[in-house]
Amino acid sequence: MLKVHRDICGYCGCCVSVCKEGALELIDAYLSVEENCTSCGVCAKVCPLGALEVVHEKQV
Amino acid sequence: MKSRYDVLVIGGGPAGALAAQTAVEKGLSACIVEKRPAIGSPVRCAEGIGKEALTEFIDPDPTWISAEMTGATIVAPDGFVMQLSSKMAGGKVGYVLDRKIFDRELVWRAADAGADVAVKSRAAAPIMENGVVKGAKIDHAGKMTSVRAEVVIAADGVESKFAKWCGIDTTVPVREIMSGVQYVMTGIDIDPESTVFYLGNEVAPEGYLWVFPKGPKSANVGIGISGKKSGEGHRAKDYLDKYVKKTFPKGKTIEYIPGGVSVCRPLECTVADGLMLTGDAARVVDPLTGGGIYNAMFTGKLAAQTAADCIGKGDVSKKALMAYDKAWRASKMGKTIDRNYHIKEYLIKQPDEKLNEIIHSVSKIDMTEFTTLNLVKEIIRVNPKLVLELGALAASLR
Repeated sequence: MLKVHRDICGYCGCCVSVCKEGALELIDAYLSVEENCTSCGVCAKVCPLGALEVVHEKQV
Repeated sequence: MKSRYDVLVIGGGPAGALAAQTAVEKGLSACIVEKRPAIGSPVRCAEGIGKEALTEFIDPDPTWISAEMTGATIVAPDGFVMQLSSKMAGGKVGYVLDRKIFDRELVWRAADAGADVAVKSRAAAPIMENGVVKGAKIDHAGKMTSVRAEVVIAADGVESKFAKWCGIDTTVPVREIMSGVQYVMTGIDIDPESTVFYLGNEVAPEGYLWVFPKGPKSANVGIGISGKKSGEGHRAKDYLDKYVKKTFPKGKTIEYIPGGVSVCRPLECTVADGLMLTGDAARVVDPLTGGGIYNAMFTGKLAAQTAADCIGKGDVSKKALMAYDKAWRASKMGKTIDRNYHIKEYLIKQPDEKLNEIIHSVSKIDMTEFTTLNLVKEIIRVNPKLVLELGALAASLR
């Protein structure tokens, strides 16, 4: 799943523009991640600040 | 905000402001919805614009101009400096704006002309009937209302979602998003009348680093690198911090601005039934410079003009609205985007040695008209063999 490090995020919307799924939306100063996120990591790559991270959930 | 307008404009930046102002001047009712609580903030821009470009839309006013430029400087990867100046004596070639005030002025003008404005009002979904856009659901400070419109003009910027919701793919390819960061710095030694561009794969891979003066000792110091080149430990911020530490160790940062700029081709089609896309949302940023203010104002105004014609004729179908798409592509702006896209694609493939060679060939240029086209023409004039490398594009540059 995609983790947003909100202390790092500068809510610029760079990530939103590269998301094919349209899973990200910048709502003023809050980046929202929708359920259709595929954890492809494209957003994490382009983030100018390093605020996004794909974390793999531990298998229970 | 009413429940029905002729034109609903999503986004209160330069594209949205010009669209709304033009619409009401054409006798239409119009409303701008801006998701943020304030117009103009936060700034996502290096704020530079050419003199000719700006004055096509608005007379320069010191209340929203931070600094006037008389020249530009390009620094090659090896540190060699190329100076560009205007042939006109004392010529002002461009401005660095104060976008917070500038954007507000543009929206103010639209409001004074008769447009409604709603801030903290986010378009949350389109209203669509039989595949035709008929307005938008607006979340106004937590309260959802429906606003119907003959035409919706999406001017919702780089993070545009509206067109995507309407079925248009606006995704920017990773290699064509400029991942950027900018610091507004003060207490730094700069040439207050010249913009500076640093090129090179060590400094800013597939992009550039800029210093755009905002005052005698202040500047926007920023960088854009290709999304393809961005990653952990080598992000835009890492490159910028490295430069700032070396060049302006005593400078003070008074604003911290991340951002993304598309340098792809414009969208294949910028209209749909009842919908028009403008500015960054249409991906009409200049792919070579990353400049988008002029292109936003130009497309915003043109979109509203076309919307007025089409509403007047009672036909807001995609076919009718295509007049806008055709007009901007045929305009000087459209042709410049096309040409600069090819130049950008050529330049990003060159190793630093080649960039050094190109920049060394011309150390000083006096330009009659201060444009990237004239810069490229001059470079080609002294490097005739570049004509071959640029291929078919070269003919249009002579």
